[in-house]
Amino acid sequence: MIGIVVGILEIWTRKMSVTRDEVQHIALLARLELTGEEVERYSEQLTAILDYSAKLNELDTSAVAPLFHAVPVENVFREDIPGNPLGVERSLQNTARRKEVFFEVPKVADGS
Amino acid sequence: MQDSAVALAKKLQSKEVSAKEVVQDLLPRLEKTNEEINAYVTLLPDEALKQAEEIDGKRARGEALGPWAGLPIGVKDLLCTEGVKTTCSSKMLENFVPPYDATVVRKIKDAGFIIMGKTNMDEFAMGSSSENSAFFTTKNPADHTRVPGGSSAGAAAASAAGIPVLNLGSDTGGSIRQPAAFCGCVGLKPTYGRVSRYGLIAFASSLDQIGPFAQTVEDCAMLMNVISGHDPMDGTSLSHPVPDYLKGLEGDLKGLKIGIPKEYFIEGLNAEVRGEVEKGIQTLESIGCETVEVSLPHTDYGIAVYYFVCTAEASSNLARYDGVVYGHRHMDATDIVDMAAKTRAEGFGDEVKRRIMLGTYVLSSGFYDAYYLKAQRVRRLIKQDFDQAFQKVDLIVTPTTPTTAFKFGDKTDDPLSMYLADVFTNSVNLAGIGGISIPCGNDSQGLPVGLQLIGPALGEEKLLKAAHHFQMAHGG
Repeated sequence: MIGIVVGILEIWTRKMSVTRDEVQHIALLARLELTGEEVERYSEQLTAILDYSAKLNELDTSAVAPLFHAVPVENVFREDIPGNPLGVERSLQNTARRKEVFFEVPKVADGS
Repeated sequence: MQDSAVALAKKLQSKEVSAKEVVQDLLPRLEKTNEEINAYVTLLPDEALKQAEEIDGKRARGEALGPWAGLPIGVKDLLCTEGVKTTCSSKMLENFVPPYDATVVRKIKDAGFIIMGKTNMDEFAMGSSSENSAFFTTKNPADHTRVPGGSSAGAAAASAAGIPVLNLGSDTGGSIRQPAAFCGCVGLKPTYGRVSRYGLIAFASSLDQIGPFAQTVEDCAMLMNVISGHDPMDGTSLSHPVPDYLKGLEGDLKGLKIGIPKEYFIEGLNAEVRGEVEKGIQTLESIGCETVEVSLPHTDYGIAVYYFVCTAEASSNLARYDGVVYGHRHMDATDIVDMAAKTRAEGFGDEVKRRIMLGTYVLSSGFYDAYYLKAQRVRRLIKQDFDQAFQKVDLIVTPTTPTTAFKFGDKTDDPLSMYLADVFTNSVNLAGIGGISIPCGNDSQGLPVGLQLIGPALGEEKLLKAAHHFQMAHGG
């Protein structure tokens, strides 16, 4: 627990810089192939944005609950009655490649 | 200023003009002006004429028609229109033809509005100038060397130029109000959930809201009557009854208490904008409003909170563009991960990539608590500021933007300076409440200034009434 707190404090207080390795890692998570120039630029720009945002750490929010939705929302339930789905053809109308009634994509897993 | 939509509707109802005449009169003007300012991605002249003829036929045969049937309208190109390309001004969706209508599009079609085309925007609604459109920039009708604001750039420019006066846009952090202020028209961001988001291509789902543009507040009230209300297709849409916003404009503002937040009249506020807004506040006082100073102490944190929350939500929402079901696809990929990464590299522009990167970063393991959760905690403080202010006052008045429209290229090298253009509008989205920008004079270069009124949740009736009486008294 203390370790986590110290870790968060370190992240809050150190001057944030997003390294090129971190940018590459984030790009992989986000499924974005970046050029070398983009990696360089996003590293600088994300660092600048995080520096600006460090001002949030001026506020003690330890007793404040996060607000994910400004308007209170609850799960909305309905009866499970079949509606009017788009249908196969309209669902497939915008895909770049189809085969019969399927979306065709490159191989997802090794055959082994 | 040309006929307002409400005034034109009266002429249509009395058969003084036909819908076909309205469209035939508008089309050459629209096409000529559009060549100058590039408000539209897609124009629908043939469809508009055909629809006008259908409405005239119905009227001639005495069939039931809504009061607004035959009024032309423009639609922002992130609202799905069945059978009509909906691009989000992105290469990713350049050829996307939705198989269904957004709820707001269905509602305006059912009411007999004639859709003239789909308006340009910053790609995926990310930007404040139209410079992030993958296709072209839209020019500010007041000065073609300047940006119209964004992201609803084409919608604001079209309304200000009257091609046509009515437009639908969307606002995630100011994307209706900021361009309305820059172009000199009226733009309303309703309370979160007042208008269904079904069929709105999502950017940040807890902040996005659809709203109207017009030259008059009265026209915005009319359009709100049409588009508001609960929708079973949007679980976050509110089921509260929709009042008649047009009728709500009647009466006067005597005794209305309006708060002036000191945090919005700060150093970064341009002196001329400040001067015009102060004159606007005097007008509000002259028509019976009582003004008092209020404090929104966490205003200064709004931008930081906004950019963590909106990018986090965007990184999740835009994960769907992997090339499989719709949108651009890289065709020579070796496997499915490679296909997604190359598809997204080719299909997204620079700002969209930057926001996906920032959003993925703040949600990633090790940073989630420090950035994303921290931002959501401060978001509560921002909302509490408004809650407390609205215990003392009915509405809040601020400038819509810290400056008038800037020149093309002025902020493109520095994303953060572009983000700061939304400093007076972001917090309203974070708090889920409503805000409207109304024209409030011009600076010494003739550029429009916008005055923003902010209301509590579901306070649209009060907001529109005050804005209407302000516009009547202040002019312009």
